[in-house]
Amino acid sequence: MQFNELFEAIDRTTSTKAKVEALVRYFRSAQDEDLLWSIYLLMGKSSGRFIKTAVLRQAAISLSRLPSWLFEECYHVVGDLAETLSLCLPPPLHTSSFTLTETMAFLNHLKTLSADESEIAISAKWMETPTDQRFLFNKLITGNFRMGVSKQLVIKALAAAHKKSENEIAHRLMGNWHPSDIGLQQLLLAEIPREERSFEPYPFYLAYQLDKEPEALGEVNEWFIERKYDGIRGQIIVRNKRLYIWSRGEDLLTDKFPEFHLLADLLPNGTVIDGEILPYSEGRVLPFAIMQTRIGRKQLSKKILSEAPLVMICYDLLEYNGEDIRDFPMKQRRRLLEELLQALPANVPLLISKTLVCETWTDVAKAREEARQYQCEGVMLKRKQSTYGTGRRKGSWWKWKIDPYTIDGVLIYGQRGHGRRANLYTDYTFAVWDGDELVPFAKAYSGLSDKEILEVDTWIKRHTVDKFGPVRSVTPTLVFELAFEGISASPRHKSGIALRFPRIARWRRDKAAKEANTKADLLDLLNTR
Amino acid sequence: MLTFNDKGIYCSQASVYIDPWMPVEKAIVTHAHADHARPGSKHYLCHRDSANLLKLRLGSQTSIQSLEYGEEINLNGVKVSLHPAGHIIGSAQIRLSYKGQIWVVSGDYKLKADGISIPFEPIKCHHFITESTFGLPIYRFPELDEFNKDILHWIDENRHNNINSILVGYTLGKAQRIIETVGISGLPIYAHGAIANVQQLLIDDGHPLRSVERASLDMKKLAAPYIVIMPPSALHSPWMKKFAPYEVAYCSGWMQLRGARRRRNVNRGFILSDHADWSELNLAVTATEAENIYVTHGYKSIYAKWLREHYHLNAIEVDTLYEDDLLLQEDSDNAIQ
Ligand SMILES: [Zn+2]
Ligand SMILES: [Zn+2]
Repeated sequence: MQFNELFEAIDRTTSTKAKVEALVRYFRSAQDEDLLWSIYLLMGKSSGRFIKTAVLRQAAISLSRLPSWLFEECYHVVGDLAETLSLCLPPPLHTSSFTLTETMAFLNHLKTLSADESEIAISAKWMETPTDQRFLFNKLITGNFRMGVSKQLVIKALAAAHKKSENEIAHRLMGNWHPSDIGLQQLLLAEIPREERSFEPYPFYLAYQLDKEPEALGEVNEWFIERKYDGIRGQIIVRNKRLYIWSRGEDLLTDKFPEFHLLADLLPNGTVIDGEILPYSEGRVLPFAIMQTRIGRKQLSKKILSEAPLVMICYDLLEYNGEDIRDFPMKQRRRLLEELLQALPANVPLLISKTLVCETWTDVAKAREEARQYQCEGVMLKRKQSTYGTGRRKGSWWKWKIDPYTIDGVLIYGQRGHGRRANLYTDYTFAVWDGDELVPFAKAYSGLSDKEILEVDTWIKRHTVDKFGPVRSVTPTLVFELAFEGISASPRHKSGIALRFPRIARWRRDKAAKEANTKADLLDLLNTR
Repeated sequence: MLTFNDKGIYCSQASVYIDPWMPVEKAIVTHAHADHARPGSKHYLCHRDSANLLKLRLGSQTSIQSLEYGEEINLNGVKVSLHPAGHIIGSAQIRLSYKGQIWVVSGDYKLKADGISIPFEPIKCHHFITESTFGLPIYRFPELDEFNKDILHWIDENRHNNINSILVGYTLGKAQRIIETVGISGLPIYAHGAIANVQQLLIDDGHPLRSVERASLDMKKLAAPYIVIMPPSALHSPWMKKFAPYEVAYCSGWMQLRGARRRRNVNRGFILSDHADWSELNLAVTATEAENIYVTHGYKSIYAKWLREHYHLNAIEVDTLYEDDLLLQEDSDNAIQ
């Protein structure tokens, strides 16, 4: 079985069982080298692009003889560069087949070429790649390859194909490894000595959104109630006097967080803490947006560090004195965590995630309602007797989020959508009143039914005031209720605020434009938060 | 000679509208799809093969005059004739000629043979009104042979696994094409009521099509594998459950795009279109030798710009209310049930 056949098999089914079966079949039949590369790609470790997208576009435009504006229109409709490229290219001259390893070698070779050389190389490669394999190939070149299988499924299939436990596979596949530096034996099959694995995090245990009444969970005193913080989920590891900080996306982020570096000397060897990294100052959690500006930076100046000081709100202890304690009950892990943190000096940026005192589920509901005052999204419910699981096992950890904020906005711009919806105006901008003026405050794409989308589209086309590119401004008439998760001050926006995850809650046909909310209402939300 | 107003495409000399979207006195209709054949007008003129379809959709009392392809009538000095558009059975381009000026309204059309409708016939004219549903170079549709091969292979796989094959396509046009192809497999074919009605009507009209069973009997008693044909409106409905175990495939030109398939939430998509793809559009437009092109439903502004730049034609986009969008088309399928 070749990698492109695996891709096709997975692409053509929505059944999880069929996907795992296809993966197992591939993992059993692939050559060692191809297998390494496939795991690397399926685990989402492919790093960066192999060629500038400008070069790719240029090569496709010259091969297809399309004007560049038309290529860009196609891209807008398709919404995916790799797919646009495959659809615009002329049919191949003659076709050859390549193994995954050969393809990856070609891509790595591309990196060493000048722009002109790589344009020639990629054009030649395209013209010998069969039409139905070009999409996969282009996905690999553009460096955003995804196959529609979660890491969990890949781990499950590898475990089945190689008769190992899922936990072990998950453990072994984390961290930095590259197919050209490691053999299959070392990566997956051979026993690894403990001391060589000091950098490796544990697979994160994930919580489910609470989908029932909390009473259904039983006695409230069997549960820890904590706040649900909105930060970066991470593991802090100290082993052999070295510090590693992993994010849930399994990125090693140690260098991004210099304020934690002192922990290498302060935490005992063999410590792994699970928690939420977030900006915090003078006893208060700061908005998530403050940290976001910092994460993208390559260089961290003193100014940035002081504007967005980070802490970890710690809520679990996975390794204690070098021992994996994930099988201990939560209650015991938490007690060890509290002891550990209490022994540290005061200036250490580690805080305990407080458990809230709740005697009834009504108290829990009240705590959930108050979450926003603490920049939180709701509460977490964790069974005191639970062990620390792998991935998203339902039952022991629940997140119970607060209902979103809502505000009524007036539709002022419509923009054409993507793909099949490129003929339809599906992306909307909404405004609130500031005196007699409408100030845009949110963009939203989702929330309407197909029927409503069609209706709004027709309305937009008939009430257009002005057209600019794919955008139309319309007479301010329609009112929509928007829901969002968070609100923060933002000088970059005309309204002075930025929303988190805005979406359309419903169409307020009962409201006239004049009845929509005002900028003052938004600022109220900001201040009472 | 023709103008575009808020009711449709209008010929004042002949006092007639073509595919009007509002009720008018006299309407010439290119074909029987719901976005072109709208109810409420007093008199309709269409191709002979569209007449009964129109009655099914608009009511049996509708006043309809029909013509053969190439047959010419005179409306107040305007010579009007219908010519094959290759879109669906009975689909016609409308040719109007007055004082040496020739206009052609294409309606919907395609150039590739579908084995069922009379193939598109290029007509020389001065003014050509074209659709542009798939007016982007990303749309490159396979030939009928390739579609047949892929779909029969898929059915064979399902048959092998003792699984039923459900195929989704519009009631008028796609469904007939799918039935002709899957009939080759030799498996029994059951059709959703709306499709069975249209199929029977066409057979009664003398079209040499395969007959199908209506899928209203107690399907649970049937042994897999068999084939079910249904319109998009029935997709993901409880009605489908009785065909389990099944695999579903969607047949449409939109299936060229991965996103379109994902949004339909089906595993397989087969590219099958009753509209012209990019190269067919270009071929059709240039074959008319027309200098003036009016681009309607689809990627109209993009396609008009391409015609201006690449072929140096006077091409403009025209706002019409024809939308062969899946959403509207599904309503039209409901209307026919
Ligand atoms: Zn049509
Ligand atoms: Zn149409």
